Amino acid sequence: MKIKGPKEFWAGLMFIAFGLFFLIGSQINYQMGTAVRMGPGYFPSVLGGILAVLGVLVLVDAFVEDGPKVPKFNFRPLVMILIACLAFAYTLKPLGLIGAIAALVFIGAFGGHEFKFKEVTILTVVLVIFSVLVFVKGLTLPFPIWPAFME
Amino acid sequence: MEIFSNLLLGFQVALTPFNLLMCLVGVLLGTLIGVLPGVGPVATIAMLLPITFNLNPIGALIMLAGIYYGAQYGGSTTAILVNLPGESSSVVTCLDGYQMARQGRAGPALATAALGSFFAGCVATLVVAMFAPPLAEVALKFGPAEYFSLMVLGLVAAVVLAHGSLLKAIAMVILGLLLGLVGTDVNSGVLRFAFNISELADGIGFVTVAMGMFGLAEIITNLEHTETREVFTSKVKHLWPTKEDWKRLWGPVLRGTFLGSALGILPGGGALLASFGAYTLEKKVSKYSHEFGKGAIEGVAAPESANNAGAQTSFIPLLTLGIPSNAVMALMIGAMMIQGIAPGPQVMTERKELFWGMIASMWVGNLMLVVLNLPLIGMWIKLLTVPYRILYPSILVFMAIGVYSLSNNPFDVFLMSIFGLLGYVCVKLECEPAPMILGFILGPLMEENLRRAMLLSRGDPMTFIQKPISAGFIIASVILLVIIALPALRKKREEVFVEE
Repeated sequence: MKIKGPKEFWAGLMFIAFGLFFLIGSQINYQMGTAVRMGPGYFPSVLGGILAVLGVLVLVDAFVEDGPKVPKFNFRPLVMILIACLAFAYTLKPLGLIGAIAALVFIGAFGGHEFKFKEVTILTVVLVIFSVLVFVKGLTLPFPIWPAFME
Repeated sequence: MEIFSNLLLGFQVALTPFNLLMCLVGVLLGTLIGVLPGVGPVATIAMLLPITFNLNPIGALIMLAGIYYGAQYGGSTTAILVNLPGESSSVVTCLDGYQMARQGRAGPALATAALGSFFAGCVATLVVAMFAPPLAEVALKFGPAEYFSLMVLGLVAAVVLAHGSLLKAIAMVILGLLLGLVGTDVNSGVLRFAFNISELADGIGFVTVAMGMFGLAEIITNLEHTETREVFTSKVKHLWPTKEDWKRLWGPVLRGTFLGSALGILPGGGALLASFGAYTLEKKVSKYSHEFGKGAIEGVAAPESANNAGAQTSFIPLLTLGIPSNAVMALMIGAMMIQGIAPGPQVMTERKELFWGMIASMWVGNLMLVVLNLPLIGMWIKLLTVPYRILYPSILVFMAIGVYSLSNNPFDVFLMSIFGLLGYVCVKLECEPAPMILGFILGPLMEENLRRAMLLSRGDPMTFIQKPISAGFIIASVILLVIIALPALRKKREEVFVEE
């Protein structure tokens, strides 16, 4: 058997995986109940089952109909952007808004096509000032501004 | 005439200085993000949602609504001048708008878009005022069976409108429904699929999902392409359309407005569908159909009127039934809940000033948009010259701050990243995120109503067909699915989306 539609193939597998996860997960952990009094496992079981079946149908499609290739994954922006967000989240408390925004902007900028140190630095400063004024002073969000060791 | 006294009440609310200010802030922000490609109203409203907590309910909703229809105005500017849809609903405007700009007629194209939108906005405001009250009255009689069937219809409609494979769209809806169930089950108090993570007890936040699937995934995909923009800045001189233009204008504007208003009300509808529908219709009926794609003014007038009309009438299902028809409306529900207002037909009777104030504000906002946008066009064009490498880190900062502030916890940002990854994978596999988002919001509501309906009918699923209104929704859903599955129409549907 040859995979004719790679996009459908992977999408089908993804749906089957999600479907089985919810179906089996709710079967093991939660009570089904009856149609009159549905338990917590009822609705997710049914939906998980439907999703798995749909996944199989999509998978079958992958072997029947010709489809486009999956475009190449571009890992640099993907990884950099995701790491940038995580860096912001986990440095906000220890390093304050200044440190967190700097971390996000610098790491995020590496995900782009060109990295100009001067430009990124200026952007960081502008964003820090704007965020402090708008979010911390204006909207009173309870964020620390300075790194914890400097307070 | 009750409608006039109601509208009067609305204007009294909308014209207070504070609400006027909120409206202005909303439409300005909306235009701004509409002009900027890569920032949509979903991400913007999601970012601002935590902030609205500090505002009063009317002001908050007026501002958020302004962002949505303001974005429709701004989106057209980018479409015409850069050939990039600033907003997804401006995709078709690129076709003829950009051609007009290349012929040196950017000014009239921009003016057409703005004036068409204004006219559509006025009509749509009236449509909302006229149709919402009777619909709400009907909705007050809905039981759980009717609500469940209505949601089924809404989800089916969302599937029909999704691009690409029908099967994958249905699967995405179901996946959304399932993800919506994560968290504490209201009936039994059992924690479902929470992996003992305490942050998941209240479920996955909608804002988190929307920002990840739309916002992050969009930025990552944008970064894959190198930047090429050609902005026609110097050529915006004569704004006013010529006499000949006016003659050709009014028909498409009228048709676009009415089609847009109708399509906006549909569950799953809204600005995007409206603009597509109007462009296709105009291409069929226009005398100048051979000029389409080569700079026909009709190709700007019709979709731009339609998307604005659709954006506004999509508030009807939200305000009357409490059911969101698209992702933006789902965020509006979130905003209402933050303010302690349960969305549904009772809003109209219990919070009269809120309902009518919001409707009146839409008209006021549209007026502001026309007055502001035509003279300020130069400023918006300047914005377009800001390169994306400056833009996207700024967007990232605002998104991260917005999500973090939801519960002052890094976990939400972590979740957003996960959904960003999922969203990116979905883009690559051509699975539309929009139906998933809709399913995600409706998941818990659907389960709740299904349970109640089944309890009332003692476990007899026939209840959904025995009740006439519910049966109507179910039949409509089945018909929709059958029609779309027919080979001939399937082809047609693919063609419509290929035009993008």
